[in-house]
Parts: sequence; structure tokens; C-alpha cells
Amino acid sequence: MEALMPALDAVFLAPFRDMVSLPDFLIQVIWEGFVSGILYALIALGFVLIYKASAVFNFAQGIMVVFAALVLVSLFDMGVPAWIALILTIGVMGILALTIERVVLRKLVNQHEAILLMATIGLTLVLKGAGQLVFGGEPKTMITEELGFSTGSSDWEVFDGIVIFQHIDIAAAVIAIVMVAALGVFFSKTRIGRALRAVADDHQAALSVGISLNQIWAIVWFASGIVALVTGIMWGARSDVSFALEIIALKALAVLILGGFTSIPGAIVGGLIVGIGEKLFEVYWGPLFGGGVEAWFAYVLALIFLLFRPQGMFGERHIERV
Amino acid sequence: MFYREAGQFKTTYADDQALLPIAQDRVGLIIVLAIAFLVLPIVASDFFLSSIMIPFLVFALAAIGLNILMGYAGQLSLGTGAFMGVGAYSCYKLTTIFPDLNILIVLLLSGFFSAGVGVVFGLPSLRIKGLYLAITTLAAQFFLEWCFIRVGWLYNYNDSGAIEVPQRELFGLAVTGPHATPETRYLIILTIVAVMTLVAANVLRGRIGRSWMMIRDMDIAAELMGVRPLYAKLSAFAFSSYYCGVAGALMVFMWLGSAEVEAFDINHSFLVLFMVIIGGMGSLTGCFMGAAFIWVLPVILRAIPPAFELDILAATMEHISSIIIGALIIFFLIVEPHGLARLWRVGKEKLRTWPFPYAT
Amino acid sequence: MSTALDEVQTPLNDNTAVASEAAPVLLSVDNVSLSFGGVKAISDISFNILKGEVRAIIGPNGAGKTSMLNVINGFYHPQEGRISYKGKTRKRMKPHQAAASGIARTFQNVALFSGMSTLDNIMSGRSLKMHRGLIWQMLHVGPARNEEIAHRQFVEGIIDFLEIAHIRKQPVGKLPYGLQKRVELGRAMAMQPELLLLDEPMAGMNLEEKEDMSRFILDLNSEFGTTIALIEHDMGVVMDLADRVVVLDYGQKIADGTPSEVQANQNVIDAYLGVAS
Ligand SMILES: Nc1ncnc2c1ncn2[C@@H]1O[C@H](COP(=O)(O)OP(=O)(O)OP(=O)(O)O)[C@@H](O)[C@H]1O
Ligand SMILES: [Mg+2]
Repeated sequence: MEALMPALDAVFLAPFRDMVSLPDFLIQVIWEGFVSGILYALIALGFVLIYKASAVFNFAQGIMVVFAALVLVSLFDMGVPAWIALILTIGVMGILALTIERVVLRKLVNQHEAILLMATIGLTLVLKGAGQLVFGGEPKTMITEELGFSTGSSDWEVFDGIVIFQHIDIAAAVIAIVMVAALGVFFSKTRIGRALRAVADDHQAALSVGISLNQIWAIVWFASGIVALVTGIMWGARSDVSFALEIIALKALAVLILGGFTSIPGAIVGGLIVGIGEKLFEVYWGPLFGGGVEAWFAYVLALIFLLFRPQGMFGERHIERV
Repeated sequence: MFYREAGQFKTTYADDQALLPIAQDRVGLIIVLAIAFLVLPIVASDFFLSSIMIPFLVFALAAIGLNILMGYAGQLSLGTGAFMGVGAYSCYKLTTIFPDLNILIVLLLSGFFSAGVGVVFGLPSLRIKGLYLAITTLAAQFFLEWCFIRVGWLYNYNDSGAIEVPQRELFGLAVTGPHATPETRYLIILTIVAVMTLVAANVLRGRIGRSWMMIRDMDIAAELMGVRPLYAKLSAFAFSSYYCGVAGALMVFMWLGSAEVEAFDINHSFLVLFMVIIGGMGSLTGCFMGAAFIWVLPVILRAIPPAFELDILAATMEHISSIIIGALIIFFLIVEPHGLARLWRVGKEKLRTWPFPYAT
Repeated sequence: MSTALDEVQTPLNDNTAVASEAAPVLLSVDNVSLSFGGVKAISDISFNILKGEVRAIIGPNGAGKTSMLNVINGFYHPQEGRISYKGKTRKRMKPHQAAASGIARTFQNVALFSGMSTLDNIMSGRSLKMHRGLIWQMLHVGPARNEEIAHRQFVEGIIDFLEIAHIRKQPVGKLPYGLQKRVELGRAMAMQPELLLLDEPMAGMNLEEKEDMSRFILDLNSEFGTTIALIEHDMGVVMDLADRVVVLDYGQKIADGTPSEVQANQNVIDAYLGVAS
């Protein structure tokens, strides 16, 4: 009993005492978590766009982020002005979307979702190999300032301390919010957007709007290519542009479990939960385990969550039929 | 002309249920085994044995492990690398705690630890299906990787953080450690892989294997026919993880000699996954084909530039092989979802009817 | 025609006679209600199935017939009511327990193991009858091998009975629909059930196929005494096969009796003509 009390204290009480005693630090930790949560959410968003319209679980979303960022940076390195490089990169993502639709997806219509998932794993390998072949494997620096983002920071004095906000992080948050809002408008107000929603429920309905399935697929892949580009810029600005991101992007899977595969708000909420949760856990509980718990927190959280709500946060429970 | 089953009539169900009902296949297998056991150890170079054959056998065994789970029981796993790690670390702990225990027994025992861990991470499969299950195995992958780093006890608190394979002998012959010859290591691993493949084939064609496939194809119907999902799924996880665990132990003890956590990272999980997809899900032969292909292709590609005195970096060839493998995965999924193994079978069908392509 | 099966099948129950009034009750459903969220699929239904009879369950689309079978073999759990089977009453049962106690079924939308051959599909029905443990299976010698061969023999009997020997080694996924339904019946037969639940076994079949299927069902019932609960839309088939019929509509029981009684029942006529709604 005597030995148990300190252990219980260390797990259940001490972290909270730490939080309260240094509130400015707590705010800083939450902010850091918030920002990485937004990046997870953006990757998850790319997944959701594609899954909603085509039931393809796009494993390649992570590598698309790296790929987009690399194209952008490399074009700039070749002497193309930043903004033109940005536009060209969007063009490249468009071509990529069309190619994927033509070469891969069109051939795999109506296949089991596991087959489609594996096809995107193959795609990941191709993009990874091609990216490294063309752009080299070493990390690159994102052209943050050239694109007009401030790299400075602002201090906020609270609770006798300061919290530092990197401007790029603020920009990331704003852009993410704008992008989600734009997608919301796109899905509810435009003809193509409504068709996209329809196609998720009923392929025939979408066809009656006069848009072919192939076009819709190309569009969603293009849209998530753009989301990938934005993610890549934000991510690159915080660390650098490298293939290591691919592994981190797997955390978006955990986000999707929390938020559901088809819900845009779910992706955002899930991303924030994972981002903030893992930072808090790492900082306040990590030392108990010897640190490094960020590597698995997201997955274990998703796993525990699944055990209690297999249908996801916003999903409805349904009974299988035979 | 020669590949015919004409005249080979099965008169009993026992014959019909044999592993290789066609005589030419049996002869073929015997020839392959004879080459593997008798010819290669004598004629092959040390490089060929230790850098090609041994890794190939390790990965083939791991691929069998994953294929049992994925191809036969229909449960997706992205944690193969970590399960191999559990086997490797268990083997290391066992042999350092009990140095006198026969190393073969240690190798085979270590699989039970990964089987146990596999069952624990397989528990969620009772409530979670398909893609959702992938997340469970990812949790296993990253959590176990973390353990391999943070739990110093696992590597006996070595400063390097690596497990170093000690020398172990069998009948006075060094079989592990720096003094073990490639021939010895190769023959041991070959024997283990051959026996374990036979055992897998036996299990897969019996009641238990059938119950896995029933769950895979239609879990509801399987349960309505008396298969208990709990037993079927967990036994698949246990069996599969056992194979992966032994493969991991063999990888470190018979091939690498020492290993850190990187040897069991997620990239290795994917590597084995690719072998299964390319080789063919639900095929044991495919596991060997996939392993050979994925392991040997990069080796060959790396050897091309020097052979033609081209000035291409090894890394470049690495990237090219990544593109080729990725493209092949897509190709197989589109054209031949059952992988190399099916191509092989189709090829044999053609041979059977040659030279009359329309005779059946 | 079914001599092959005769040799290997040891009838589970020896009352080969068609059910009479005196036959004991095999299964009884008492006041069962089942709903999904707001939808009431079954409300307060009671009926029984006598040992050895062919009991038809009919009704318009969405009446709750399939749900009723799902309740009987434990796939759905009713909110209210009880099920008694072979004298034992239970409120909740897992599907595999139902299977172990001798209830087998086929499905409205064929639910075969699509990646397996016809032979393996039917062999899968023997799962519960095979007992050799893992070690024997791994070695596949002696008892395990003998067991496998004995069951193979049994299954070959069914294959002959259903006249599907020519597709023995084919993967079922590619078979025509009618044959798939037949394989599914074979798989259920392999379980040697006491109670066989058939969910629209003849849907989508042509006349000839229907006749074959009817013949199999009748033979199964008369030669091996298997009790059968049958959902079927084709009234002609029901009249020919069934000993008694229970009629459902909108989750309620509207009639229960012999085929001719049911056919004359005003409620039934109304339900089928859509007057009741
Ligand atoms: N798993 C489920 N979830 C939700 N509702 C269900 C489920 N299963 C059945 N239902 C509903 O219960 C009602 C009865 O369905 P059921 O399938 O039992 O009808 P049925 O009589 O078999 O019809 P049919 O002749 O079309 O096969 C229907 O309204 C159906 O939508
Ligand atoms: Mg029905």
C-alpha cells in the first residue's frame, strides 16, 4: 500500500499539479499541440475527401504532402519565382491526380476496399522512389518567407510568464480554418460539390447530375493534392521537407479512427485531440515512461477509443444484416 | 508435353487431398529441395549464401506469417516488423539467461513470445474489422518499437542499445555468432523454414485453416456454422505471430548477428507486406516468390551499374527498385490480384495444354 | 439417387415420418419482439415448429421473415420474448451456440465463402464435427488425416446427392447463382442439422432449378427427417412443400395453419393484395 501511493500520485495527481503551477507553460504546450493537431487534421482531411467520394483509403496522402512540398521547393531552387512555383506545383498535383485516376483507379473500379488500399500503398512506393530520384533524398528547407509568411514570433505575457506564438503557426491555423470553410461551401453550395456528396451515397445519382465518376475521382484527388500542398508548406515551415514526414503522416490514421473516415469536422476534431493529447501526454506523463511516448500515443488512444466505440465518434451504430 | 496429369488418376480421397496431387509438382519440389540442401551449400559463394539465400529464407518465413493472417484469415496487419522484433529480443533474452539451452530450442521457443504478444494485439479484432484493424497493428508496431528502445532489460543494458548475438554451438559446431560459417547458418535456417512451411501447409488444409478462411470470406456465415470468431481470429494471430517471431529471431541470429530497433521498424512491416501482395495472398508458394522477388530485385539492380561500369549511385538504383516494386504492386492488383503465385499456376495450365491451347 | 448419402449419414433422429399432430415441438417462439431503432421488425410473434415438419414462413417484402430466422439462430437478439428449442428456453444465444445445438441455415443473399472451392465450402459445414487438435493438424498424419478423409467421404455423399460433382474443385465465387444456392444448401446439410432454416432458397431460379431444389428439400425432409423452416415467395412451391404455414405482415403474425387454410384466410388475401395497408 505504502509503495502504491506515490505511484498513484505520480500518475494521477502530480501531472495536474505541474500544469497548475506553471500555467503559461501549459498554454504553450497546448498551443504546440494545437498546431501539430492542425497539421494532422489537414492530412486526415486529404484522406477524407478521397474516401468520401470514392471509398478509396488513400495511404499515399502522406507521401503526397512530401511530394508537393518537394516540387515547390525544387522549382524555386531552379530559379522559378516563389509564386509561380506555387502555381506550377498546383498544376503538377493536377496532372498527378489525372494520372492516378487514369492509370490506377479506373482499372480498379468496384474492387474490394482492401485492394484499393494496397494499390495506394504501391502508389506510395512509386511516388517515394520518384521523388527521391528526381529531388534527392536529403531534407530541404521550405521557402516560407519567399511565399510571404513571416517567420517571426509574438510573445504573450500571461500568468507572470510568456507564451510564444510563431507567426507561421498562426498562419497555419488561419489557413486551415479558411480551407475547411471553403471546402464546406464547396460541398454544400456548388454543383460539383453536391455531386461529390451524392456520389458517396449513390453513384447513379451523381451520374444524373451530368458528371462522370472518372471526373469526380480526378477532382477529389486534385482537391486533396492541394490540401497536401498546403499541409506540406505548413509542415515544411515548422521543420523541413523530408521523407521522414511519411511515417508521421501515419498518425492521420489514428485521427481518422477518432473522427470517422467520412467526416470533415471529425477530421479536424480528431486531429486536435491527437495533437493536443500527445503533447500533454509527452510533457506531463512522458517522463514516467522514460519519454518518447509521442511515437505511439496517437495509435494507442485510437485503439482504446475503438474498443469502446467501434463506429467512431460521429458514426452511428448499425447492426449487420445477412 | 511433359507437364501432364493425364493418366494420373486419384483412386482415393487421400491421394486427392495430398499437398501436391500432380506427380511433376512433387518431382519439382524434390529437385528444388535437393538443390537447396545439397548443391547450394557446396557450390554457392559465401556472399550468395549470407546476403541472398539467408535473408530470402528469413523473409519468406515472415511472409508466411503475415500471409496466414492476411491472406488466409483476412486480418490486415502493419505490425509484422515489430512481431519479428519480439521474437528476436525473446531469443536474445532466453539464450543469455539460459546459455546452455540448445539454440534450436531457443529459436523455436522465442516464437511463443511473439505469439502471445500477437494475441494481445489481436484481441481488438473481435470488435474491429478491416481497415480499422490496421490501426491496432500500427499501435503494436510503434509501441513495441518504443519498448525495444526504452526497456533496457531487453538488450541487457548494452551501451549500444543493440542485441549482440553470442556464440552458440551445436554438436561442437558454432551455429551462431561470428564464427558460424555461412553454410552452417544457411542449412539450419533452411531446415527450419522447410519444416515450418510444411506445418503451415498442413494446418491450412485442415479444419483450423478452413476456419480462418471462413472468417475471411464471410465472418457472419462462419459464425452461424459454428466457428467461434474468438478462437479463429486469435489462433490466426497467434500462429501468424509465431512465424513472424521465429523469422525475427532467425534474422538476427542467423543473418545480421546484431540488431537495433531499426531492424524491426515499420519499413520492414511494409517490406513483408509487399512480398505477400506480390507473391500472392493466400498462397504459400507465393510467399517464397514474393520474398525472392522483393529481396533479390534490389540486389540485382544494385549490381547492374558496376557490371556495366556505369556511374550510377547505389542510392539511385534503390529508388528505381522502389518505383518498380510500387508499380508492380499496382500492376498485380489490377491484372493479377493473386500475385506471382497465380501467374505461375496459369503458366503451368498453359504448359498442360501445350501445344494445343484450346484443349482442356 | 441419394444412395451415397444413405451409406454415410447416420440420421440424427429416426422419425422419418412427416410431422403429425402428435409430433413433439422442436422449436417454439413465444411473444418475440424485435426492433431496430424506430423500426419494429417483429412484434409479439408466437408460433412453433414441430419435429419433422416443413414449416413455411411467408409474407410480403419487409414483413420480418428474415429477421425471424436471424432471431432463431441467435444473430439478432430480440428485445422481448423467449425461444425454446428442444425443450430448453433461452433469451440470448450466440450464433455458434445455435450451430452447435443443431440449427443450420442458408441465406437470402448467398453467403458462401467465395474464396473457397465448392468442396471446401461444404467441408466447412463439418467444422463442428471435427475434433482433432492443433498438434495433429500440424502433422496431418494418423488421426487428423483419417478424420479429414472420413469427412471428405461424407461431403462427397452430399455432392452426389445435390448433383454438383462437376463443380467440386471450382471456386464458388464464379458459379452461376442457381448453383451457388445449391452449394449453400449442401454446406448447411453437411452440418447434419436437426433444424434447417432456408431463406428463399429458390429466389431468382428458373422453373427447372426450382423443381430440383424442391426435390432436394423434400428428400432431405422425408429421408433424414430434418425439420425445415422455409421462407418462400412462390406460393405454388409453398403449397407443395409445406406442412404448415405462418404468415407475417409488417412484423405481425396474421395467420397460421395448413397451406389451404392460410390460402383461404381473408387477412392473408388482403395483405398480399395490399388492402391491409
Ligand atoms: N440489421 C438491420 N438494421 C436495421 N433494420 C433492419 C435490419 N434487419 C432488418 N431490418 C428491418 O426490419 C424489417 C424486416 O426486414 P426483414 O429482412 O426481416 O424482412 P423480410 O420479411 O425478410 O423481407 P424480404 O422478403 O424482402 O426478404 C425491414 O423494415 C428491415 O428494413
Ligand atoms: Mg428476407
